[in-house]
Amino acid sequence: MAKPSEFRIQVDQALGKTEVRAHFRKAMDTLMTNRRNQFPDNAELQRLRDQAQVIRANALSKLPELLEQLESNLTRNGIHVHWAETTDEANDIVLKIMQKHNATWMIKGKSMVSEEMGLNHFLESKGIEALESDLGEFIIQLDGETPSHIIMPAIHKSKEQIAQLFNEKFPDIPYTEDVDTLTRTARDILREKFYNAPVGLSGVNFAVAETGTLCLVENEGNGRMSTTIPPVHIAVTGIEKVVEKLSDIPPLLSILPRSATGQPITTYFNMISSPRKKGEKDGPEEVHLVLLDNGRSRIYSDPELLATLRCIRCGACINHCPVYVRIGGHSYGTVYPGPIGTILEPQKSGLKVHGELVQASSLCGACGEVCPVRIPIPSIINRLRYEGVRQDGGSALDAGSKRKPLEAITWKAWSWAASHPSVYNLGSTVATQVRNLVPHNLGAWTSVRTAPAVADKTLHQQLKALGVDHE
Amino acid sequence: MSEARTHIFQRLRAVPRPEVDTTGRDYVPIYDWDRAERIKRFTERMQAVRAEVHHSDRDSWLNLLADLCKAKGLTNLLVSPHTEWGQAIYQQVGEFPTLQDYDRAIEAWKHEMFYNIDASLTSTVGGIAETGSLILWPTEQEPRIMSLVPPVHFAILDTQHLYTTFAEAMQEQDWLNQGMPTNALLISGPSKSADIAQVLAYGVHGPKELVVILI
Ligand code: SF4
Repeated sequence: MAKPSEFRIQVDQALGKTEVRAHFRKAMDTLMTNRRNQFPDNAELQRLRDQAQVIRANALSKLPELLEQLESNLTRNGIHVHWAETTDEANDIVLKIMQKHNATWMIKGKSMVSEEMGLNHFLESKGIEALESDLGEFIIQLDGETPSHIIMPAIHKSKEQIAQLFNEKFPDIPYTEDVDTLTRTARDILREKFYNAPVGLSGVNFAVAETGTLCLVENEGNGRMSTTIPPVHIAVTGIEKVVEKLSDIPPLLSILPRSATGQPITTYFNMISSPRKKGEKDGPEEVHLVLLDNGRSRIYSDPELLATLRCIRCGACINHCPVYVRIGGHSYGTVYPGPIGTILEPQKSGLKVHGELVQASSLCGACGEVCPVRIPIPSIINRLRYEGVRQDGGSALDAGSKRKPLEAITWKAWSWAASHPSVYNLGSTVATQVRNLVPHNLGAWTSVRTAPAVADKTLHQQLKALGVDHE
Repeated sequence: MSEARTHIFQRLRAVPRPEVDTTGRDYVPIYDWDRAERIKRFTERMQAVRAEVHHSDRDSWLNLLADLCKAKGLTNLLVSPHTEWGQAIYQQVGEFPTLQDYDRAIEAWKHEMFYNIDASLTSTVGGIAETGSLILWPTEQEPRIMSLVPPVHFAILDTQHLYTTFAEAMQEQDWLNQGMPTNALLISGPSKSADIAQVLAYGVHGPKELVVILI
């Protein structure tokens, strides 16, 4: 038997952790209920989804023009704009800014693009510390882990685990499982860090081309702290995050937090349009925006796959995914888990690296139904499955790399037989006659299921017996 | 221009782009709320996230604020003397804890700001009923940190500027033509997090208490 892949091994391990699975189940159930409660009127929800979809699709259809407009408006406002084709380039840009300011560390607000860049590791290798300040990110950083969810990075951890972790890392502070006390501890530690930080880094939820404005959505205030207190602010984001108009923002802001965590709005919506101006008494003196491609422009070239780029990273598809809830975020072994990861990661890193993820779906359709920008995730999963095995090129990275000769011949033979009735009838009749010879052990399939039984009469025979003329 | 930029644009421009039908993109008002209804909704939303909301008027807000400062045991209050509200407060110095003006760049008094300021009071440019949000456009007199670092944030909202939705606020105040400020904010409650086992905790990095006075 072939060696199980890394992904399979991780899935196997995750499925064995009953407690963690129960924890995920409970958390996802709460998130689903909260989201449902935010949209009591289905017609209104569908209208909002249409609106959000149009806004994002429109932005993508004008992407190069909007990026130029964004760049020129940001530059006019005094924000430095940088372009990176790869994560290596993006990391280098950040490093150069750090070096220019002789900065030995930075404080970070939550940013999935910085996770995508592997920024923390990269900076560490250059002797620079990147300290996470989002409470969830702070917790997993203490434990040397990566996020298991794009909105709630520490969702896999129980209160008790976090209490133990704090006790281990901060032995001077008495052990407690009280969430308020734990939160206050983190607040006190990080306040001091914000106070001293030479550079703050953040992500961006939406960038408005029309005005040159960076929008950030958050609850804790660490995003505001990271973008207000340190003298230098670096924002990192993907090139797809731009929208055309300022008036595109309210509908997106209306649907994002409701879809994500079931809140009507987040505590803070932070719109940044320039560094500190003359006469202003606070805010960073210098603001940078790093725009990262990392495969996005390739996704852009395919009219069907392009829809992937509409994503506003709400995480609703993750919360509603029956696969994610069972295997958790870490099994995917990628930055973005769940359905969005399933379609995004293989397109970014190639089907060779992450092509197996497109199998991690039951195609139940829940993700597509909840997506606020109507990304047809199940169709894209199907398309990527096809891209993986197609013979004739294709637009996804590593298209055709999953093709197996035996499988290909089997399907070819099947399709030939199915289009030749006499062969098909003969085959199915023979199958009914040798039905008892089907082995009970069919490898992985029968390790948790009984082998499928072949019927004793073919469908054609049964229909004939019923007097149905099937011809 | 960087090479990365050139390559990215080359790739983006090389492909045919879909036409997008933009019907349904624009804002459609769905609520028909009068002022009383807007105040009610705003209050409910704010209270649901543990903000304090006080209904007051031009005659009594000053006394209310003084009482609140006393009740909370504040020893100082960061407030600008240059706003309408600030002027009134500075005329009644005796009624309030020590008043502090944000009169220097933060670098000159960062330590004091971080470790000694108990509370701040700011004005707002408006509010949003649907989501229970305050709109702040920090200025030279009322800089960004005022609504971020002090543990208690008082905000005064003139209910004439309480809009139904964010889209309406943006339209009616004509944000586009006014030009966006360095920083514009929506604030909907005190800072919070559910990152520890989904248990909601208030006062993470921003203010622990948000006190809204409606006029
Ligand atoms: S794919 Fe849709 S549901 Fe999933 S994170 Fe993106 S916007 Fe949200």
